Amino acid sequence: MDSNAINLTLIDYSILAVYILVVIGIGFALRRNMKTADDFFLSGKSIPVWVTGLAFLSANLGAQEVIGMAASGAKYGIMTSHFYWVGAIPAMIFLAIFMMPFYYGSKARSVPEYLKLRFDEKTRGLNAIAFALMTVASSGASLHALAALMHLLLKWDYNVSLIASSVVVLAYVLKGGLSSAIYTEVLQFFLIVLGFAPLVIIGLNDLGGWTGMMSKLPETYAHSWKYMGTTANPMGVEWFAMVFGLGFVLSFGYWCTDFLVVQRAMAARNMGDARRTPIIGAIPKMIFPIIVIVPGMIALALTSKTGSTYHIPNGITGETDFNLVIPSLIAHYLPTGMLGLALTALMASFMSGMAGNVTAFNTVWTYDIYQSYIAPGKSDSHYMWMGKFATVAGIVISIGFAYVAKNVNNIMDFLQLVFGFVNAPVFATFLLGMFWKRATGHGAFFGLLAGTLAAVAFHGLSSPSILAAGETIPWIKGAWLGAHFSFTSSMAQNFWLAIVAWTVCFLFTILVSVATARTKTDEELKGLVYSLTAKIREENEPVWMRPAVVGGLVLVAAVILNIIFW
Amino acid sequence: MNFDLRFPIGILFTTYGLILAGYGILTSGSAIYQKSLGTNINLIWGGVLIAFGLVMWIFAILGRRK
Repeated sequence: MDSNAINLTLIDYSILAVYILVVIGIGFALRRNMKTADDFFLSGKSIPVWVTGLAFLSANLGAQEVIGMAASGAKYGIMTSHFYWVGAIPAMIFLAIFMMPFYYGSKARSVPEYLKLRFDEKTRGLNAIAFALMTVASSGASLHALAALMHLLLKWDYNVSLIASSVVVLAYVLKGGLSSAIYTEVLQFFLIVLGFAPLVIIGLNDLGGWTGMMSKLPETYAHSWKYMGTTANPMGVEWFAMVFGLGFVLSFGYWCTDFLVVQRAMAARNMGDARRTPIIGAIPKMIFPIIVIVPGMIALALTSKTGSTYHIPNGITGETDFNLVIPSLIAHYLPTGMLGLALTALMASFMSGMAGNVTAFNTVWTYDIYQSYIAPGKSDSHYMWMGKFATVAGIVISIGFAYVAKNVNNIMDFLQLVFGFVNAPVFATFLLGMFWKRATGHGAFFGLLAGTLAAVAFHGLSSPSILAAGETIPWIKGAWLGAHFSFTSSMAQNFWLAIVAWTVCFLFTILVSVATARTKTDEELKGLVYSLTAKIREENEPVWMRPAVVGGLVLVAAVILNIIFW
Repeated sequence: MNFDLRFPIGILFTTYGLILAGYGILTSGSAIYQKSLGTNINLIWGGVLIAFGLVMWIFAILGRRK
């Protein structure tokens, strides 16, 4: 690890200090705008569309995403782009064109609140509680990853990094609420792009350009689809699981229903801007593989370049740790100065990932749990106070989760597994809710439960690899009820789990809905269900502003990218 | 809301550009640039950041006039 230890100088520290000053400054500048609870939680629906669009993309661009996608680039090459061109773009366009009218038009303040308006209280409660737990846990995971990485790279004290970054996030979220989090996400977006671009430029130069890099990588790394159906496929996922599992169930489940991202679009000024938000996010998302996947490929190619001393470092366990691809490339190529900028970008994305989770948590806690079940009918200033309290509490719980992640082996894998079970079926509920007026509250609630149980059962019955006789795997990987279904990778197992959970939820929701009486009249469902809502007229808008037109163009561009890198 | 994010973006990146370019001039020809294949990446990228920051300033000022 010593060859990758990084020494920062005064210049690098001053770059980090400038960032912290600016984000706290933004928080204080926004403080005067925080007059009502809606200003704090929803930004008073006043944020310009280019900002909500970049924040929509950036809320998902946490450091774990950047680090994980680079790791995946080193392991699988161009195939990783499926997480962008298949696993994100179509869902973002679908949200913009078909779903945003109901989120924004229903006047719901959160995604769980939409479920309450469309279905009933218990469906909202289930979704809100699962979501609140999930956000504080992932905020804790982000915090732990930041402190662990800084300890590894810079020898900073774990506790000091943890507390210092929490205090920075607390300061700006407490002062400026959702607006602070959104504005900071946009800063982070530019920092990631401008901090990592030199890495890609220098790396490609070093390897003799794109063709030079490709000549040092296995042939499978150059294609996204060509090797999908063959045994040479490094991901071990066949095309159906890729398209239906990742491209439909998981991707639509995340981009179209996760309040963390949808909240950004709901902060837009008007319906048109809310619908354009995901499309504006989708445009940079399409070319983001250059910034996050290509560094992984550069790193792997560099290991076989003659005369290069670079190697992908070992992690704490002593094995090659692909998650260290980005930090080790930064250390390899960037001198003092640029080094500070790239590390600041990395830290900024950890912190803004945490802030995003905390702002989604305080809204769902205050509106969907506290106001609904604990203390309804209080004054606006009371809920604003509760929001600030929830911000502090959310950060304190995140710190707790970070220490749990540090000390309890596998706990984060376990939580991720549980959230996977809860999340996998959820898009079926929204799809039926928005497009089938006959879907009932009982149908939605029991459909979700059935889908989650199906996910648990599938995990128990399946294994991520073909087991030899007598071979066992840790229960966290599956097969605790016996390996009845075997896959060629844990990614394939995971995609199929999502497909099964979604299908069970979809069918069960229909069955229970047909068997139970409708509790909401057509009148009550106006604005919540497609067939009962007046179509949005966009003839008055210029062609290049219409979501359907621009969204269609983005989809065509994504198809072209898939063909180029086939 | 009378808050224009383009100002803070402009401030942040012109500051970064000035720090990097200034440091790049001071360290020009130094051995630290062996890492970046002999190019003074601080000076070059500092210039890019200054240009980006200034574009944000210009947009912000034009936006205020409207």
